Amino acid sequence: MFDRRRMLKSAGGMALGFSGLAIAGSPLKAFAAETVTLPFANGERKLVQYPGKRPLIQLTARPPQLETPFSVFDEGVLTPNDAFFVRYHLAGVPLSIDPAAYKIEVKGKVDTPLSLSLDDLKKMDAVEIVAVHQCSGNSRGFVDPRVAGGQLANGAMGNAKWKGVPLKALLDKAGVQAGAVQVSFDGLDKPVIPATPDFVKALEIDHARDGEVMLAYQMNGEDLPWLNGFPVRLVVPGRFGTYWVKHLATITVLDQPFDGFWMKSAYRIPDNDCACVEAGAKPDKTKPIGRFNVRSFVTNVLDGAKVKAGDAELRGIAFDGGNGIKSVETSVDGGKTWAPAKLGEDLGKYSFRQWTSKATLPSGEATIMVRATSNGGETQPTSARWNPPGYMRNAVEATRVTAA
Amino acid sequence: MRHFTIALGLVGVLAAGAASAEPKTYQLPDETAEFKQGPGVEAAQDNCMSCHSADYINAQPPKKGRAFWEAEVTKMIHTYKAPIEETDAKAIVDYLEKTY
Repeated sequence: MFDRRRMLKSAGGMALGFSGLAIAGSPLKAFAAETVTLPFANGERKLVQYPGKRPLIQLTARPPQLETPFSVFDEGVLTPNDAFFVRYHLAGVPLSIDPAAYKIEVKGKVDTPLSLSLDDLKKMDAVEIVAVHQCSGNSRGFVDPRVAGGQLANGAMGNAKWKGVPLKALLDKAGVQAGAVQVSFDGLDKPVIPATPDFVKALEIDHARDGEVMLAYQMNGEDLPWLNGFPVRLVVPGRFGTYWVKHLATITVLDQPFDGFWMKSAYRIPDNDCACVEAGAKPDKTKPIGRFNVRSFVTNVLDGAKVKAGDAELRGIAFDGGNGIKSVETSVDGGKTWAPAKLGEDLGKYSFRQWTSKATLPSGEATIMVRATSNGGETQPTSARWNPPGYMRNAVEATRVTAA
Repeated sequence: MRHFTIALGLVGVLAAGAASAEPKTYQLPDETAEFKQGPGVEAAQDNCMSCHSADYINAQPPKKGRAFWEAEVTKMIHTYKAPIEETDAKAIVDYLEKTY
């Protein structure tokens, strides 16, 4: 097997890595190579095809973690289901699900506990929302100094049209009792050994009842892909992916804050305005991770590309945690001067917002930068902030190209 | 080749989407990652791979040193409750420090 890997690597040498991929729209080169090299130390990954998925960047096999090749984000504003990233925490991934027998329980501090079938759920009034899903540790591989955890480039995100039932409708049907403070969510995925903390997440009761948090059974007009939580997952618009529990099975209304490991100890950020500390330092106080911060990316030119000098059209995406994008600016001189980009169609405040920008690239090396500002006034920092788990990276992205 | 892989992908989608009284099933591809060879690799194979594949280690940043790996092994034992004997835990940290 080692030999095979070496052979593939050398066979694909010509097209190896994102840095070698000049044109965003030609992902076939990467498929042919069967490996990609993400642009940080130890970034070599295999492209592996799972059922229902196109070849994706395999971070880990068990439990599965798959990253979307970045060129996919130039294909359209919605991320195709077969290219959508995958992230499990525990290797007890459900491999057999009977949709006819599937039940979602609503219990705890409610007047009437519920046990709903998929048919019951699909008979309720449906809503649709376009929302970005992003892993808390998206881009962790770029964190400097490096930190432990899933070493992802920028592909642990995606934008989809989710269809389902507002969580509020289920909670109202069950009748939330006075004194309820949080709601916890558990899916079918389980740890390998029973002593490992099961993956359970919780939201504040008011957030759970905001009418936007939903139980989604469709993604981009199809059943959810298996690895994205078939048949039902939680969608928490504007919030990091850790809350988007897959294969959702149990909803529990609680009269005290949930104190399980995945809320109390994991997925926590420094409790300050920047969610950051000095590199290498430990935060005094932490809080659960929450909303996305604002980000933007160029999608039609990848780092290391050789491009034509002269007039060029740049395009890409921007998003934030739910205020919506107010403006996007680009720079082709390494951040000295900025030009406004034209925003594309508005698919809602939780969606990717596409943008285009005309630029003139002088001959030689150039650094293309993109910076978004939200309707809330939040913009991206020029230099990256740091926190111990490597969450919430959102520095202005720099794409280095050679124009000739 | 590309047509072939697309066709396989469609089969997966159809299998997950067809209406039927039978449970639907999913098959994960075979796991291929292996630990790097080095003194103590057996201790890592015997313990770590009970719960996760070797790529969890292989993908970590290189040359992070003993404190980094000690923290990881300690987290596996105390947080995730991995039943690792003390002598094995030390052997694993030694191996990871030297090999990664």
